[in-house]
Amino acid sequence: MRSTAIPAGRIIRFGLLSLGALMILAPYIFMISTAGKTQSDIFTSSLSLLPQHFYFAENFAKALNKVPMATLLWNGVVVCGLIFFFQVAVAIPCAYAMAKLKFRAARLMMVLVMLGLLVPIHATALPLYVAFDRLSLLNSYTALVAPFTISVFAIFMFLQFFRAMPDDLLHAARLDGMSELGIVARVIVPNAWPAVTAFAIFSVVAHWNDLYWPLIVVSKQAYATPPLGLMYFRAAEAGDDYGALMAATLIITLPLVAAFLLAQKRFVEGITMTGLKG
Amino acid sequence: MSSVAVAGNVPSAAALRQRSEDRTAWLLALPAIVLLLLFVLLPVAAVIFLGFTDFELGYGKFRLVGFENYAHLLGDRTFRRSLWNTSVYTAIVAPVSIVLGLGVALLIEGEGRARGFFRTVYFLPVASLIVAMATVWQYIFHPTIGPLNALLSLAGIPGPNWLGASNTVLYSLSIIGIWQSVGFNMVLFLAGLTAIPRELYAAAHVDGARSALDRFFLVTWPMLGPTTLFVVTISITNAVKVFETVKMLTDGGPNKASEVLLFTIYQEGFVYLRVGYASAMTVVFLAILVVLMLLQYRVLDRRVHYT
Repeated sequence: MRSTAIPAGRIIRFGLLSLGALMILAPYIFMISTAGKTQSDIFTSSLSLLPQHFYFAENFAKALNKVPMATLLWNGVVVCGLIFFFQVAVAIPCAYAMAKLKFRAARLMMVLVMLGLLVPIHATALPLYVAFDRLSLLNSYTALVAPFTISVFAIFMFLQFFRAMPDDLLHAARLDGMSELGIVARVIVPNAWPAVTAFAIFSVVAHWNDLYWPLIVVSKQAYATPPLGLMYFRAAEAGDDYGALMAATLIITLPLVAAFLLAQKRFVEGITMTGLKG
Repeated sequence: MSSVAVAGNVPSAAALRQRSEDRTAWLLALPAIVLLLLFVLLPVAAVIFLGFTDFELGYGKFRLVGFENYAHLLGDRTFRRSLWNTSVYTAIVAPVSIVLGLGVALLIEGEGRARGFFRTVYFLPVASLIVAMATVWQYIFHPTIGPLNALLSLAGIPGPNWLGASNTVLYSLSIIGIWQSVGFNMVLFLAGLTAIPRELYAAAHVDGARSALDRFFLVTWPMLGPTTLFVVTISITNAVKVFETVKMLTDGGPNKASEVLLFTIYQEGFVYLRVGYASAMTVVFLAILVVLMLLQYRVLDRRVHYT
């Protein structure tokens, strides 16, 4: 395939890819350029990418003043971290039991998992909201985290991974007198590392980006996650100070994009392996 | 497996062992089972039940109303509008992002040195906060100060009010949706492409498939079957679940021109607090997801096994 490609074809291919890449990158380019423009710059010269007066510092200062950026990012880290921790802690033992033990309910569990895969948070949000309201748990980390502590997707993924694991490893551990819980902690988890990192990427991307559930259970700035915080900021600024808005957008997009650029191989692997989002 | 076969020489011990193993398995799976009941099965049952009531948050009492909510849904113009808009959005975003994703994957697959760079670029939107990028798109689409219309006016074309006019808003949202999901589909297709054995292309060449197009239809397309089906299902489900951009940029407007299913459910349930009615809508939403999954299984059973 590659050897038969003539140079003209290669040039066309490169041209097409570059054109597409430019369209993908356009929003980022405008975001960075606009974050450095003064209000009057924005109104007069939207097409020149280089700001006439460098206004980055002022716009960033404005964004940082109006948005409690540290709180937002901290909330994002805490919520995503807790969700990920519980998901893995709950899913690994369950998937191990289904994959490697004589578990009579394994088939029933499989049906539950397949059903669960079908049900997004949007479908369960109403009763959960009513319940959290009754328990006076709205505006809390509990409300943000609890519904996601169970990830059927994690169970499904670890199940596939464990099935491919050799049984000999487990027999050896059992002969050494390890308990099943000990096996999970000291044999399964260390060996499941590729699956865990892949799932971590999937889980963090999904929950860092989620707006639906935080929007429902949080109404106070103190518990706002990054997407929610940005929404508040935009509403408060009435939208037209695009310089500050783009600066805020830049700050909030940066952590995940930086993580992606640093570990992009793992990211792509993770998303391919999990193949799901949202 | 083998240990059980060996232990089978002593039946009672094996049975004992099996029972203890079953008990351990239950214990290990218990947290998952409890949480699954609490946060998935029970809420789904509750949504179905609430759909038959006139429950409103803030009122203590509610009564069963049978199919009244569903009857009301049939005549609800907002809901019908929202179903229609969601369908239009899905009908644009899913096919276009699938075709573009496949196209980009094929082009990148053949690319040499710049391969990694392009893959990173196209994948970038997947790793970006969509809520944040939506505000950037809002600026790009801005009718007077936005760069898009500035560019169009250079070419002498009067730009539309992208997100502000009811006849363009859905298309503008679709552009954002496509921008966001091309890279995701590309990565899945790339994984599918790498899994195709190279010998098949050589064999196709021997069989007289000389042009790239011949080889695509003879080898690539059939071998990509399972990947394609997966990408199709995921793209459709994700498009049906569009919410963030709508909430962020249009609030369903102007004039309900961008009301989509999840946004309507959100408004009804969490803003107007009519939980019963919103639950009925949620049941319709769930039914759509179930139908999509059943369709996927049917196609999976019939068509994609080539090996």
